[in-house]
Amino acid sequence: MKQLVIDFKKCDAGRNCEHECELECAVKVFKVDDPAKAALQIKAYEDGGGIAVLCDQCGDCVVVCPTEALKRNKLGAVILNKTVCVGCFMCIGFCEKEAFMHNSDWITPHKCTSCGICVKVCPHGALSIVDVPEPAARIL
Amino acid sequence: MSQLVFDPTKVMPIDHTKRTEYLDGLAAIKADRKVLKEITYTPSLPDKGYNNRSLYVNVDTLEITEKPVTQQMKDVFIGGRGFGLFHLWNAVKPTTRWNDPENEIIISPGPVAGMTQYAGTGKSLVVSLSPQTDIPIDSNVGGYFGPLLKFSGFDALELQGKANKDVILFIDGVKGIIRVEEAPVGPVDSHVLGEVLTHLYAEDEADLPNISVVSTGAAAEHSLIGMLNFSFYDRRRKCVRFKQAGRGGIGTVFRDKRIRALVVRGPKVAGDLNHPADPKTIAKTGIKYHKEIRENDPHQCMMRRNGTAHIVEIMDAYDLLPVHNFQYGSHPDVHRIDSSYWQQRCTQVTVDGCWYGCSMACAKGADGLILQTGPYKGDMVTVDGPEYENAAGLGSNCGVFDPDYLLELNFYCDTYGICTITYGTLTAFVMECYQRGILDKQRTGGLEMTWGNAEADLEMMHQMARGEGFGKIAGMGVKKMKEYFIRNGYGDPQLINDIGMENKGLEYSQYMSKESLAQQGGYALTNKGPQHDEAWLIFMDMVNKQLPTFEDKAEALYYFPLFRTWFGLNGFCKLPWNDVVPSDNASQPEPQKVPEHVQNYVDLFSATTGIQIDKEELIRQSAKVYNFQRVFNIRMGKGLRLHDAAPYRSLGPVTKEEYESRAERYDQQIVTEMGLDPKGKSTEEKMALHREWRTGRFSQLMDAVYTRRGWTLDGVPTLARLQELGLDAFPEVVAVVKQHL
Repeated sequence: MKQLVIDFKKCDAGRNCEHECELECAVKVFKVDDPAKAALQIKAYEDGGGIAVLCDQCGDCVVVCPTEALKRNKLGAVILNKTVCVGCFMCIGFCEKEAFMHNSDWITPHKCTSCGICVKVCPHGALSIVDVPEPAARIL
Repeated sequence: MSQLVFDPTKVMPIDHTKRTEYLDGLAAIKADRKVLKEITYTPSLPDKGYNNRSLYVNVDTLEITEKPVTQQMKDVFIGGRGFGLFHLWNAVKPTTRWNDPENEIIISPGPVAGMTQYAGTGKSLVVSLSPQTDIPIDSNVGGYFGPLLKFSGFDALELQGKANKDVILFIDGVKGIIRVEEAPVGPVDSHVLGEVLTHLYAEDEADLPNISVVSTGAAAEHSLIGMLNFSFYDRRRKCVRFKQAGRGGIGTVFRDKRIRALVVRGPKVAGDLNHPADPKTIAKTGIKYHKEIRENDPHQCMMRRNGTAHIVEIMDAYDLLPVHNFQYGSHPDVHRIDSSYWQQRCTQVTVDGCWYGCSMACAKGADGLILQTGPYKGDMVTVDGPEYENAAGLGSNCGVFDPDYLLELNFYCDTYGICTITYGTLTAFVMECYQRGILDKQRTGGLEMTWGNAEADLEMMHQMARGEGFGKIAGMGVKKMKEYFIRNGYGDPQLINDIGMENKGLEYSQYMSKESLAQQGGYALTNKGPQHDEAWLIFMDMVNKQLPTFEDKAEALYYFPLFRTWFGLNGFCKLPWNDVVPSDNASQPEPQKVPEHVQNYVDLFSATTGIQIDKEELIRQSAKVYNFQRVFNIRMGKGLRLHDAAPYRSLGPVTKEEYESRAERYDQQIVTEMGLDPKGKSTEEKMALHREWRTGRFSQLMDAVYTRRGWTLDGVPTLARLQELGLDAFPEVVAVVKQHL
């Protein structure tokens, strides 16, 4: 399955960039001009380094979704069908990585789908899409 | 007790998509339907939780009208059970009984119901005059009907009248059509009827989850203990499943009205259909709760794995599990029906909420059961649950420890439309009567009702469904069976009355209250009869010793019934309140109230309706409806102190062997509680001492509880209490009370 990964040897957690990845995701994917609403969030630690909140396509949310609105696409990425989703946000509550997100302007949740839009704009080349084995579904 | 660990490798490899299909009859029903009345209406969605209108249908005259939901209704009765009681009060007279045409069945979901972001928010409240108690019964039930009714434009549905032939009421909340159809042929039992009607009224496969069916079954026609099944479509299993409005015989009223089914077709559900005042707060509260379930449920109750059956072994360990008609509190065979078994037997790869957004997901399902008896013998079915009450009531209380038989009993109760709790308690009574010679093979028409004889138990249930033999007698319920046995001279009247576990005509649910005074009150001092949804204090009182004085118990019997009533006003489920708790709950003030969750409910109500309340106002909202219901009972000729009396089995040991099974505890109580010496006294003498002490302290508890509730010592709400709650605005309510002051 396709998975977005970040290399923190290259990414400096936004200290020397304009968070292009977040902005590109917000504008191109979610049509909003606000990087805080992007599906990946890069956060810098005060004492150096940082963390990226992004979906690794583990599929836990697929298991808990009551309407089968979440399914893997052909590339293995977990995709939300918004017309089926009832906005219960169980996917958000059950995401251990906190990568399923809530934008209070929308009635459905959102997350990274490994689309790769952000990869192209990272000035440090820290983001990439990799192919990894799909994990077995867990009982949650 | 150590925490049970879930081992996914032990889950039985049962294909949860396989079961017998019943769609053969679809074409016949379709062809045979005859439209008796059809009207069009304008569908609507709620605004801040309310549509501000309800639907009235008379199945005899075919009158279909809309009624306004007034501001006063919202202020005083909130919704759900409150609306049900309000409509029922206006529909009936003090002389009305369950089978009079003016009796109603009211279904109302409440303002918060239909929310998808928090657990346990899809409940419907069903209210009617009960055939068992002759007073209002209220039942809180899951499934999709209530929310879909609301999203079709109605805050409540009132059903009145008695049809001449079987009818189906169909509400199409998408097209704006309400239709009464004659349904002369086709199935009656819910697992067939629900499946057929769901497919009949859905426009295509994607529409199946937008259909919900209310139905009952064959036994509801021949007994007084009928219940209603509320359906929801399980997408993963690809089948129709049910939750039950079980208590008090509402299914019997339904069939007496010749209603075969109610069907609603709602719009596709989305996260904002209630149009709440503050969706951000609802989302935030819901997400916080889902996280709490993820983090804490696997280490606390494991509701997602085991459902409510998780407490079978806990009750057994604390000597509180009803065994052999509430005689004993534990049994060596309980391990065969405890949660370590059910988590292997129930399918675990599905999503088991009975409404969207329920992360607690306790509605477990046991797939792949092949029936051994009855009209569906050989069929492969999915059984809902088993819930704790079913495992305890159909299982240990009757000595049935074979899990497959237990599932079969559970299945037939559901599809025949009878309450599992009631059936469990009445069968336990029958079996004890059989044990003690009150019944014998001749009196039961050949049924050998010995402890654990599941085949005889099932045959009695099939008789109930056919309206034959001893099954028909048993279907009258414990109260009427007691009267029948005494009238026919079957045995000692006092013994029969002592061991028949009913109060107000309703059978006890499945907890042993004998050793918990607070729970004795929690059962007997209820509005509708002994159902644990008003006050489940057994652990707080007996295990955690948090209620040492009469005043403490009275306070608990004031607060918790009111707090729990509030769930039913709004369309909430009780379970997500305290079947998981925040990690720091134990260090909070009054942890038994789960203060963070109480605040969640305050926030969810305020954010839905735009009416800002606090935890004190929450209790006040409930107190209005609770006291109204008490007055309603008085209006119907019950609701006084004498009607709150409890059978002695619920207070103490009735028989010698019961006493001797706990002799050490009981002898000790003679010393510590009565200040006497048990030495040299016979068991009979010691039992007499206990009876005097236990009935005396129960009477003292009644005094303390009534006083705390603002009632007279005869159990009547005082005028001052009614004024305090604003119920004096209803002259009829005041007039009822004045006759008793």
